[in-house]
Amino acid sequence: MAAAGYAIELKGISKAFGPVQANKDINIAVPKGTIHGIIGENGAGKSTLMSILYGFYKADSGQILINGQPTAIPDSQAAIRAGIGMVFQHFKLVQNFTVLENVILGAEEGAMLNRSLAKARRVLADLSREYELDVDPDALIEDLSVGHQQRVEILKALYRQADILILDEPTGVLTPDEADHLFRILRGLRDQGKTVILITHKLREIMEATDNVSVMRRGTMVATVRTDETSPEALAELMVGRKVLLEVEKAPAVPGAVVLQVEDLRVRDEHGVERLKGVGFEIRGGEILGIAGVAGNGQSELLAALGGMIKASGRLVLNGQPLPLSGKGADGQSRRAAGIAHVPEDRHHHGLILDFTAWENVAFGYFNDPKYQHDAVFMDNDALRDDTRRKMEKYDVRPPDCWLPAKSFSGGNQQKIVVARELEQNPDLLLVGQPTRGVDIGAIEFIHKQLVALRDQGKAILLVSVELDEIMSLSDRIAVMFDGRIMGFRDPDRTDERELGLMMAGMTGKEEAA
Amino acid sequence: MDYATLLQMLDSTLRLATPLMLACIAGLYSERSGIFDIGLEGKMLAAAMCAGAVAALTGSAWIGLLAGICGSLLFAAVHGITAITFRGNQLISGVALNFLAQGLTVLVAQRLFGQGSRTPPLSGAARFEPIILPFADAAQSVPVIGPFYAEVISGHSMPVYAAFGVVALTWWVLYRTRFGLRLRAVGENPAAVDTAGVSVAGLRFAAVAITGVLCGIAGAYMSTALQAGFGKDMTAGRGYIALAALIFAKWRPIQAMWACLLFGFFQALANRPDVVEAVVRVKVPVPFLTALPYVLTVFVLAGFVGKAIPPRAGGEPYVKER
Amino acid sequence: MERLPRWADVVLVPLVSLILAFAIAAVVILAIGQNPWEALKVMVEGSLMSPYGWGYTLYYTTSFIFTGLAVTVAFHASMFNIGGEGQAQLGGLGVALVCLYIPWPHWSLALLGAACGAALFGAAWAAIPAWLQAKRGSHIVITTIMFNYIAASLLVFLLVDVLRPPGKMDPTTANFPPATHLPSLDQLPLFNLVFTKAVPANVTLLIALAMALVVWAMLWRTRLGYQIRAFGKSESAARYAGINPVRIIMISMLISGGLAGMMSINNVMGEAERLLANSASGAGFIGIAVALMGRNHPLGVVLAAFLFGFLFQGGAELGLWTKIPIEMRTVVQGLVILFTGALDMMVRMILVRIFALGRAQRMEAA
Repeated sequence: MAAAGYAIELKGISKAFGPVQANKDINIAVPKGTIHGIIGENGAGKSTLMSILYGFYKADSGQILINGQPTAIPDSQAAIRAGIGMVFQHFKLVQNFTVLENVILGAEEGAMLNRSLAKARRVLADLSREYELDVDPDALIEDLSVGHQQRVEILKALYRQADILILDEPTGVLTPDEADHLFRILRGLRDQGKTVILITHKLREIMEATDNVSVMRRGTMVATVRTDETSPEALAELMVGRKVLLEVEKAPAVPGAVVLQVEDLRVRDEHGVERLKGVGFEIRGGEILGIAGVAGNGQSELLAALGGMIKASGRLVLNGQPLPLSGKGADGQSRRAAGIAHVPEDRHHHGLILDFTAWENVAFGYFNDPKYQHDAVFMDNDALRDDTRRKMEKYDVRPPDCWLPAKSFSGGNQQKIVVARELEQNPDLLLVGQPTRGVDIGAIEFIHKQLVALRDQGKAILLVSVELDEIMSLSDRIAVMFDGRIMGFRDPDRTDERELGLMMAGMTGKEEAA
Repeated sequence: MDYATLLQMLDSTLRLATPLMLACIAGLYSERSGIFDIGLEGKMLAAAMCAGAVAALTGSAWIGLLAGICGSLLFAAVHGITAITFRGNQLISGVALNFLAQGLTVLVAQRLFGQGSRTPPLSGAARFEPIILPFADAAQSVPVIGPFYAEVISGHSMPVYAAFGVVALTWWVLYRTRFGLRLRAVGENPAAVDTAGVSVAGLRFAAVAITGVLCGIAGAYMSTALQAGFGKDMTAGRGYIALAALIFAKWRPIQAMWACLLFGFFQALANRPDVVEAVVRVKVPVPFLTALPYVLTVFVLAGFVGKAIPPRAGGEPYVKER
Repeated sequence: MERLPRWADVVLVPLVSLILAFAIAAVVILAIGQNPWEALKVMVEGSLMSPYGWGYTLYYTTSFIFTGLAVTVAFHASMFNIGGEGQAQLGGLGVALVCLYIPWPHWSLALLGAACGAALFGAAWAAIPAWLQAKRGSHIVITTIMFNYIAASLLVFLLVDVLRPPGKMDPTTANFPPATHLPSLDQLPLFNLVFTKAVPANVTLLIALAMALVVWAMLWRTRLGYQIRAFGKSESAARYAGINPVRIIMISMLISGGLAGMMSINNVMGEAERLLANSASGAGFIGIAVALMGRNHPLGVVLAAFLFGFLFQGGAELGLWTKIPIEMRTVVQGLVILFTGALDMMVRMILVRIFALGRAQRMEAA
């Protein structure tokens, strides 16, 4: 059954990692010259599927057809030969190489570099004219913005004459404006006859950019529909398998006294580049301040500085007491002692020791807490384990086995361990970064409820998230960060995604008018 | 110190810097590809034994050199398989291979010759003889430059000149060829190389093999040119000094050459306490001079001489990310 | 990759690694024209079949427990301390100074003093590489290697030019006074029932065992140990938790250096009763093999130290009674480090295959 009209057909693709079935009998057909969206929650199996298509993993069973021809893709080389180009979520660029060097890497002409570089320079000039893909060929990658780095990835694929371009979560690091630009590029590519596969978990992008969309849920392909014949609500239901409550139920805030005052907070990174350029705000008790912004605009540094993880300058006052921002007393232990708890953005690298058991992780950051001490010398591990069991029950962590290492829990359950540990310390101020990243929907609802409950106890919460929906639905006030500064504060009931999106791109109302 | 002594010192600097330079460039290939190698020492030792033994048996320094390279390659292969195929800890593998070399060289030498872990003394064609460059004699009469040419530049064995050739060649390979581009890339971001359809393991094995070959030359030079035969532990930490020079040079070939010349000069000083005493006018105990390269290396490592940033993916086995 | 059952991970992996290492060692012995079975018999005969052999085996075991613990503590902070050799030599210097220049009334007090001196000097020698790692990011592996060479030079200088008694030719210190001589096992109650003749193993063995217990309690029962292990697993997470990296690196390396130094009370004070050049004679390096083999657990370290004590004594017997050079010990040491430390992934992969095969067969049978 020849299907000349399809760029890619996948038939019965299955892939298991140990006991986890990442892909189950996937069937999909992508017509040539279209933009095809693949949408699904985190962990639905989208990335695995695309990795199989790019030769990173071998499918346990199933067949791949490229342009109607059965094709084996044992490695990336074969994928490239078959005309597939991939733009990964985490770019695969050599940071201290120039754009040109990155583009020719693996696609050189002959053993000497001169000829390859000259050719790449010509081709890049043509491509950038054709598709709005302009980027300085001699710039070092580490000096480029993420948006430009992504263009280099697309150029790499086009330089290898890819006819099929796969993009994995391409907009996670882009401003709404950059994302629009990307979609223009993708439409241009489609109009030249190329096939584009766009993997995302954002409904809006699917509606905006794609011709057809396939929905994945828990490793299976549940539906493929024409984009103009569906709606965001219908897709959301397909993704999750039931109706979702996107709104968080919460009463109006009752702000109390000022808990946290931050003035002129500045942070420099190890290269001496200023990442926070004078940030100031207040948070009252019983209030959630949400920080919106595209990843990499200083939000991580803000949390790290407040949490005592990095040095900063400026003024930090908690409940009227000034706290040091550098030197002695500017560390995670002192912050915890002062009443600041911290659910970090990255639970794998910060929030948990993955090789430690659940009970060891419950003491993480609180190993000096008197309730975990037996005497002056030894820790009371029995008390710690009892405490862990209690927390695991209250937060419904599954499986409720305190001896399991943290790495054996799912993302949602890992996050529940972190949230339980931090919230149960009953802090005056809670710092929360990306609380629901890589967490399943059930756990998201649970974690959101816990945050609102803490607020209702009169505690102050600083919430950082790149998910605008999350910021809009949880915050009592929103601050937008761009390039290490706060662009302005907004009331979530009196603003919309468009206005926040412009601020996230660095445009204030005033500048827009100018 | 008079001019003649200075020339003597420089002459012996070149001799002593040669094994450092070869081993250092050897390490450069491996580490640039992302494989840490503290086993340079062991590979040199293995090569020194193999070269010394085979040169003694065949009477040919060249066949000895070949044997040395083979011996070193064997160790490189084990390190490669451990670090690349089985994603083992590269530091531990290096330490283990150094011990293996230390023991095995003695076992084999004793088995072959029964002379208490030494190989028989080499002479004639079994050693690399000094090469007198053209006009060396005639140049003697030219003031200053002449003796320098005759004493320092001329009169070294083949591996000394080869070492400088290797430095130049390495610079060219690293910055002007496809292999060099891929090599530098794989040490910085193996995922970029992998997704570009180039085999990470293939590149790294190639780099480790080059490391083996160059360490082989370095070791062979030790037993068939610098000295006349293999003796137990004869490399005496040179592999570690080469490693230190590599760090000092921030993993760049030309700078590596200068670093090795400097460390070679220190070793030359340690051999001539009388010269040191004449210059500084205080009796300096020999152990201090012996320790000097190590002390300086610590200063270098401490970053008092610029910050050394290793290749970003160095030491980490490459695992395809899910 | 699929996981192994916990018991396989803890027991089977090191055991298989060890068997592989010994298999290759046997091949090496065959290759140099000797009989591995005979060699094993000589080793067992010479190290385990007489009180005399046991005396030496336990003497070496004692040293290796100290150096193995030293590497273990540093490993838990993810510091690879290859400097045990130099730290042990400096520890020897500490022992010598304490024994020579303080008039001790009784060996027990001298032991206490010497232990402090040894730990202090060993820790001091680890302190500089530790500080450079903590503050300047200098790789501890390279700096500790350099410090081994520097320590060797320093001791040669001190023994030749400073500590050598007038009129003596050997580069050693004077003999320690009799009041500092430690009782060997044949002089201790109970032990003297087995050991009737003088043996080098001495009371330090008991201290080594006690230190193993202390290290275990420190690592798994105290806040410090918790912080060391957390820091060792994830430095970025440790910063989040407010664990001071400089403090942890310094403390763990000081403990490590101190333990390495303490081995000197066994060999310098307990056996030689004077300080010689190269006093540690490789025990510092063997600590690496012992720690890897013992899976960085004090109990494992004690068992592995005993294994290496046997190898060391047996290896010496090989050198005496067979044509196998004593360097065979170094080969075995290298092989054990290679298989238990660097190739455990390979061993694990083999075992996972075998377990999968077993499962498949059981399922077929069922």
